[in-house]
Amino acid sequence: MTRKRRRLYFVLLGLLGLGAGTALVLTAFQDNIVFFFSPTDIAAKPVCAQRCTIGGLVAAGSLMKEGQNVSFDVTDTVETVSVKYVGIIPDLFREGQGVVVEGRMNSGVFMASNVLAKHDENYMPPEVADALKKSGRWKEGEPLPAATKSN
Amino acid sequence: MHRFANPTQFMRIANAIYPWAAGLCVLLFAAAIPIALVFSPPDYQQGDTVRIMYVHVSSAWLMMMIYGIIAANSAMFLIWRHPMANLMAKASAPMGAIFCALALITGMLWGKPMWGAFWVWDARLTSTLILFFLYLGYIALSDAFEDSERGDKAAAILALVGSVNIPIIHFSVEWWNTLHQPSIIKDGNMSVDPALRLPLFLMMGAFTMFYFAVLILRLRSELLAAKIRNARLSQVADASAPQPAE
Repeated sequence: MTRKRRRLYFVLLGLLGLGAGTALVLTAFQDNIVFFFSPTDIAAKPVCAQRCTIGGLVAAGSLMKEGQNVSFDVTDTVETVSVKYVGIIPDLFREGQGVVVEGRMNSGVFMASNVLAKHDENYMPPEVADALKKSGRWKEGEPLPAATKSN
Repeated sequence: MHRFANPTQFMRIANAIYPWAAGLCVLLFAAAIPIALVFSPPDYQQGDTVRIMYVHVSSAWLMMMIYGIIAANSAMFLIWRHPMANLMAKASAPMGAIFCALALITGMLWGKPMWGAFWVWDARLTSTLILFFLYLGYIALSDAFEDSERGDKAAAILALVGSVNIPIIHFSVEWWNTLHQPSIIKDGNMSVDPALRLPLFLMMGAFTMFYFAVLILRLRSELLAAKIRNARLSQVADASAPQPAE
């Protein structure tokens, strides 16, 4: 085996080992890497005893605003968590839209200290969005129908 | 492929590519900037803030591609000891660092009005910050040794070790819950309307051509600098050589 060949195998083996090691570490720390938990996670295990972050959609018809006092429900269509927040909410925050909330659980209600809007991967001009909504082919917060994507 | 390890061979091809890369870069920017800033429609949710995306995605694309090029060239340098591969990696690193910084900064400027935060520690943002530190580490390490050959080898090893981060950045938005939105390309479909896709592709093309053009310029000046160094060294050697007795 030439030295070059040996170095080639050494580099390939090193990368393989490193990749496998990283994969194991990332799997082991799965719960620490996720940025937020879904309402289902919270119902399943007590992950939110301390401060934590939850994410989901703002449930339709749940938003109540009184000055800076805001309350709404975060849902992943299976479980729902009610959230209370005092402060300014971001522009993209709407019912049916993705949201990420930092705070803590307090007797069944999530007391938020920070509200972040989650933007989805759909980009289009307002006219296209209006036309899609009007024709009933798409609602906000849903993935785009395939026909509009492929052209 | 080993033919291109010869700097003369390599530069013959690179010099032939240069006018095309530079010309395309100018043309694409001339088309992309007015379309991206003025003539393309705003987004239905983000309004005009969507225009940040054209610079952001292009920078992010380059920071990933340049790191890939650095890692591949570092491997070639370590395995076959091609000095040209090392030169490619070293000449690319500062550009990669700059595009990585641009992606981070434009992302923050977009994040504040859209998310409501400049920065969050989600997997996509954190892994991109790590990439930025990898670039800085690579640049620092390759200059950290008296013996430049040792520095180059150490930096090449760092570049290869850091390459595990590239798939992590790419798949972070799929593997974990992140605040950052998922990729705009999924199963071959693009979730960007054609009217917004055009400026994005033009801008990505312009950025890519910019990288190739500047890379070739940097390689040229690096090779010239090496020539000057060698000429100086041989001058010094001539001057200090013992004079033959008369």
